[in-house]
Amino acid sequence: MTTLLEVRDLFKTYGAGDTATRVLRGLSLHLEEGELAALLGPSGSGKSTLLTILGTLMKPTSGSYTMLGQDMIAANDAELTEFRNAHIGFVFQFHNLLPDFTALENVVFPSAVRAGRETPAARARGRDLLKRMGLADRIDYPTANLSGGQKQRVAVARALMNSPELVLADEPTGNLDRASATQVMELLSEINREEGTTFLISTHDEKIAAACQRQIVVVDGNVTG
Amino acid sequence: MLYGLKIATRYLTANKGQTALLVTGVAVGVFIFIFMSALIGGLAEFILARTVGDLSHITIEAETEDPALLVASEGHVLAVTERGRTRDATLAEAATWLPLIETVAGVKAVSPEITGAGFLTRGAQVAQVSVVGVEAGRESAILDLASYMVEGEERVGSGVIVLGRDLADDLALSIGQALHLESSKGITANLTLGGIFETGNGSMDSARAFVSLSTARTLFSMPQGVTQIEIKLDDLNAADATALRIQSLTGLNAVPWTDDAEQLMEALDAQAQTGYFLKAFALITIVIGVASALLLSTYRRRPEIGIMRAMGAGRGFVVFVFVTQGALIGLLGGIMGAGLGYLALLPFPTREAFRPGTLPLDITQGSYGLAITLTVIAAILASILPARSAARVDPVTAIGQ
Ligand SMILES: Nc1ncnc2c1ncn2[C@@H]1O[C@H](COP(=O)(O)OP(=O)(O)OP(=O)(O)O)[C@@H](O)[C@H]1O
Ligand SMILES: [Mg+2]
Repeated sequence: MTTLLEVRDLFKTYGAGDTATRVLRGLSLHLEEGELAALLGPSGSGKSTLLTILGTLMKPTSGSYTMLGQDMIAANDAELTEFRNAHIGFVFQFHNLLPDFTALENVVFPSAVRAGRETPAARARGRDLLKRMGLADRIDYPTANLSGGQKQRVAVARALMNSPELVLADEPTGNLDRASATQVMELLSEINREEGTTFLISTHDEKIAAACQRQIVVVDGNVTG
Repeated sequence: MLYGLKIATRYLTANKGQTALLVTGVAVGVFIFIFMSALIGGLAEFILARTVGDLSHITIEAETEDPALLVASEGHVLAVTERGRTRDATLAEAATWLPLIETVAGVKAVSPEITGAGFLTRGAQVAQVSVVGVEAGRESAILDLASYMVEGEERVGSGVIVLGRDLADDLALSIGQALHLESSKGITANLTLGGIFETGNGSMDSARAFVSLSTARTLFSMPQGVTQIEIKLDDLNAADATALRIQSLTGLNAVPWTDDAEQLMEALDAQAQTGYFLKAFALITIVIGVASALLLSTYRRRPEIGIMRAMGAGRGFVVFVFVTQGALIGLLGGIMGAGLGYLALLPFPTREAFRPGTLPLDITQGSYGLAITLTVIAAILASILPARSAARVDPVTAIGQ
């Protein structure tokens, strides 16, 4: 197994002075390629904070972070944008789709924004992904007309569009009923098995956590597991 | 950046009502811009046509000869000049220059003339007149005499005189009657009244007499040359430049009409300045309208912008999407406003048919292309601020997980 990413001595403090919130306190973690890991911990423990840092959307107060052999701390905004686009997919608790676009247009976005246009190849992959998510009959639907579970599956397809090595999912099933939650989780495990994509999924759901090979728990600004 | 264009148009079509309102607002600004252009341009046209239309646009007059010098014995220099207001310098070689001047670009008509003062007598009645000798066939070259004729015709054959309405009335003359014209040189000619004109210009209608160039030669004992050459241009605004060209070509003293019209030019200038001021305001309104609408839009779309940034959209892409929206709004509003402006100006009379008492709106001076171009530029400038604020959106806080 090869290491996908590694963080060491991660500190993250929000604010300063009396109101400073020290969330991460010397957290170290590494993920292997192809892992399917759950991120657990009480509310406010810093799960979202960690995912945001791993997703290169925010820099830690201190600490090191390398992914695919590259230094994520030293990189500038333009480099990180390009890196995210190529190697990291996101699934958020609230689907966060672009409301004025169809399901397919949303899925194709990460490819089109790089290529400057929606290529036929990207559309074909987008359709395949949506079919795989069980949305064959919703490909050209405006996203506003989809149910919560359907939207979340579109979001999963979008996260997978550029075949990223890592998918970060922050409570992807937090807003779904049991059946939809199970369905989305099954899709994630399937992609993990078949394509070797690494998943880090934060959740409060025991069943989701149990479906993962590894459970990482955030406690006191650090991790166990 | 085809894809950025797609996102921009989608954002605009997603809120059709709001976009339509914004585009209409821009169009109103453009409409005002075009209306002001047509009005200021038309007004200048109208004023110039009324004041300068019948004047010579460039006049070539003979330069007074240098006074003869007498060198006195003690080394003093004595100059001999003749006192007097009448100009009797002549353009001796005028005839040789005419064909050349006629070929200068923008020259519409050239009229060699002999002018002077004289007395018109019929029976016991006497009237002072200013005599203009023009070439037969060129009577309407400068002043459009043909259009002002009320009786007879404008042709100045030999022995024919054409007079203004007031003068003819004063002397109780009618077409075909004979009269005497005595020039300031004391030479008399017997002439027949061939035509009566009425220009509406008092001094012209009461004291101007047109005769043929050959009659004028006799009257003013000028067997060769002329006293002045009057030139009419296609575009009276080109007088300064054309006068310079003629001057350098011929070495003659070509004077554009603008030399004697400083006050008029100043008034027109002030009028044009007012126009620029109002047009600038129209553009500023467009900038403010577009900027505020786009700022609102960037604020409303913060979560989406955050998502796009998380998915790998660079800051440049976000800027492009919002600037393109501004440019599209400017283009649509510009075209719509220009179209509306053109339609609104259609019912107004053309510049040739301006009449006192109506708004002299010149549809050809609407500056449609300029209005659209400036509007697009203004809209792009207006969208830079919102676009930059959009590009600065922090994905983490915008997504708000
Ligand atoms: N932008 C911020 N400014 C200040 N404090 C913040 C900010 N974001 C998060 N925090 C604080 O950091 C702590 C960790 O927040 P975080 O969202 O990472 O927790 P979490 O583990 O994801 O919680 P949950 O399970 O409820 O989603 C919380 O105490 C929170 O109040
Ligand atoms: Mg969280």
